[in-house]
Amino acid sequence: MSAVGSQNSPAAKSLRAYARWRWWELALLAALPLSWLLLPGQSLLLNEIAIVALFAVSLDLILGYAGIVSLGHAAFFGFGSYAAALFAKNVMPDPLVGLVVAIAASALLGLVTSVLILRGSDLTRLMVTLGVASILYELANKLDWLTGGADGLQGVVMGPLTIPFAPIAGFAFDLAGRVAYAYTIVVLIVVLLIARRLVHSPFGASLQALRDNRLRAASIGLSVPLRLVAVYTIAGGVAGAAGGLLAQTTGFSSLDVFDFHRSAEVMLVLVVGGTGYLYGGIFGAIVFKLLHDVISAWTPQYWNFWLGLFLVVLVLVGRERFVRPWTWFGRRHAP
Amino acid sequence: MTGPSIEKSIAPLRSLVVEPVRFGRLFLAGDAAHIVPTTGAKGLNLAAADVGYLANAPTEHYCERSNADCGTKIVRQSSMTLLFDGIAYGMLLFILAVGLAVTLGLMNFINLAHGAFAMAGGYITVLLMNRAGFPFLLCLPIAFLGTALLGALLERTLYRPMYARPHLDQVLFSIGLVFMAVTAVDYVVGSMQQNIHLPDWLQGRLPIEAVGIGKYRLFIVVVCALLTVVLQWILSRTRFGSRLRASVDDPRVAGGLGLDVNRIFLVTFAVGSGLAGLGGALGAEVLGLDPTFPLKFMIYFLIVVSVGGTTTITGPLLAALLLGIFDVAGKYYVPKLGAFFVYSLMIAILVWRPQGLFARGTAR
Repeated sequence: MSAVGSQNSPAAKSLRAYARWRWWELALLAALPLSWLLLPGQSLLLNEIAIVALFAVSLDLILGYAGIVSLGHAAFFGFGSYAAALFAKNVMPDPLVGLVVAIAASALLGLVTSVLILRGSDLTRLMVTLGVASILYELANKLDWLTGGADGLQGVVMGPLTIPFAPIAGFAFDLAGRVAYAYTIVVLIVVLLIARRLVHSPFGASLQALRDNRLRAASIGLSVPLRLVAVYTIAGGVAGAAGGLLAQTTGFSSLDVFDFHRSAEVMLVLVVGGTGYLYGGIFGAIVFKLLHDVISAWTPQYWNFWLGLFLVVLVLVGRERFVRPWTWFGRRHAP
Repeated sequence: MTGPSIEKSIAPLRSLVVEPVRFGRLFLAGDAAHIVPTTGAKGLNLAAADVGYLANAPTEHYCERSNADCGTKIVRQSSMTLLFDGIAYGMLLFILAVGLAVTLGLMNFINLAHGAFAMAGGYITVLLMNRAGFPFLLCLPIAFLGTALLGALLERTLYRPMYARPHLDQVLFSIGLVFMAVTAVDYVVGSMQQNIHLPDWLQGRLPIEAVGIGKYRLFIVVVCALLTVVLQWILSRTRFGSRLRASVDDPRVAGGLGLDVNRIFLVTFAVGSGLAGLGGALGAEVLGLDPTFPLKFMIYFLIVVSVGGTTTITGPLLAALLLGIFDVAGKYYVPKLGAFFVYSLMIAILVWRPQGLFARGTAR
């Protein structure tokens, strides 16, 4: 017992090595603020990328770490988006308070809906998550006195971004998206740091255990349902933060945020970047948004075709081989 | 003249279709019924089509069923009609989704692209009828065979490597196929809603006073019921059926006993795709046919399969009938709630019985 529990046991060492900061992690975290400095003209696009990245990080928490396949993750994104927009419109226009409200609201939604994903097979979970997103879509569509229905929620005016406890005036959101992008980057970095701490904690290790073998995890005494509820709630909150940021930086929220397309896209983003190591969403979002930008400039109406083809080829080739082109023509190993 | 933009805003384009456009004796037309953004460029065409329909509808109503009295009788009629429409819708959904149930039960493969086969069948029918002048009844078997061939081809080339993959890969793969199918059809045929012109003997209603039964709906119910009986017979009475059931129950043991599970699956996949294509052809008039068909009905097919379970075909049949009746009635009586009701019911059922409402207690 003492050998296992001590700080110098092989198990503890391997866990510590696993949690060690890698050089590219630091480089990535430094690159985010640098992109704000070096690419001032691209802030609007970069802001979109950062929001998608944040959304994908949230999906990574449940898909990559807990192994829950969700086809309705846009439910939380949209819920946060509408929460932030409604709060700004009806209560107060301060962005930071609004963001906290959006996170709290979608985390609550995650807590409530997490009981639905505890039982059943992958198909059941797919259906239930898809159903929750569809219900919210219908609600946002039909409650037009509150949400504006199919017209979207208009007239959201955000107040300036103030830094808490600092005696300086706030920054108003500008047209070029400079303030918006800075705001999104800060939120993204904070969320990444928290999520990193989380997945390297014993809680994170237990999530990976139950992802790999739920039965075995339960039989060594982990409470599987409680952990799933917790991670689903947290992921809901993070997705809500992404949605809230979108609503705040565009001043608009529409039914599109609940659309099936969004759930499918974020899954693609995450898979392109790689699941289960937290930064996949960021790489995936960059690749995806740049591809989107290039292809939709070339063929605006039919870019979905190339997206679909990309997905099919990616899966057929296998992601592991896809990102390593030098293995394409080598000898194939039997699976 | 150039200069910086000083203000930006997002101009929302509205696109909305009221469903249903008839509430009792109130008919909606023009902007009251549907708003299409200027980019759609079909506002006036739709309005003109409305006028055409609205001119014909009362004529038909008063010429064919001349009961001019209103009140309770009409209400009762409409509820019977709704029930019948719901049954027709449900039968159609069953034919559309039964192939998916077998795919899922046999190879544990989540095929979100099943609706693409239905769409293929619908477009085969529409194009053959409108461009080549084929009769409607001839188009139905062609739609079946065409999609069955397509299914067999795709099964051999693309689907087979996917069976052993994790569900996430299968989901992404089939979503990719859906996106490709949607855009390809949009590119080749165009994004407008397709109409088929039914033969005269399928138009109008049966001359029965108490229940207003559309002839075409009756045709759908009859065809689908016949297909169901044939399917049930094949499954329970033929050698192929027992091989299929054995493979569904345990593919490894079935393979160990010398059954060629791969071939059984190829045939089943082709027939399932063909049935979906036939359903798409039959449903083009009822469900509407445009390139977004696979996305629009994906959740409905999945509801049929997940609620009905994949071990029998009576399960999906009952689930499809339930779904059809509840969906039609819900959209008619509480249009405010829309599809909300159906989704909530589905979640409740799946939480209560995750393996499906009618599943046998198998280990899978």
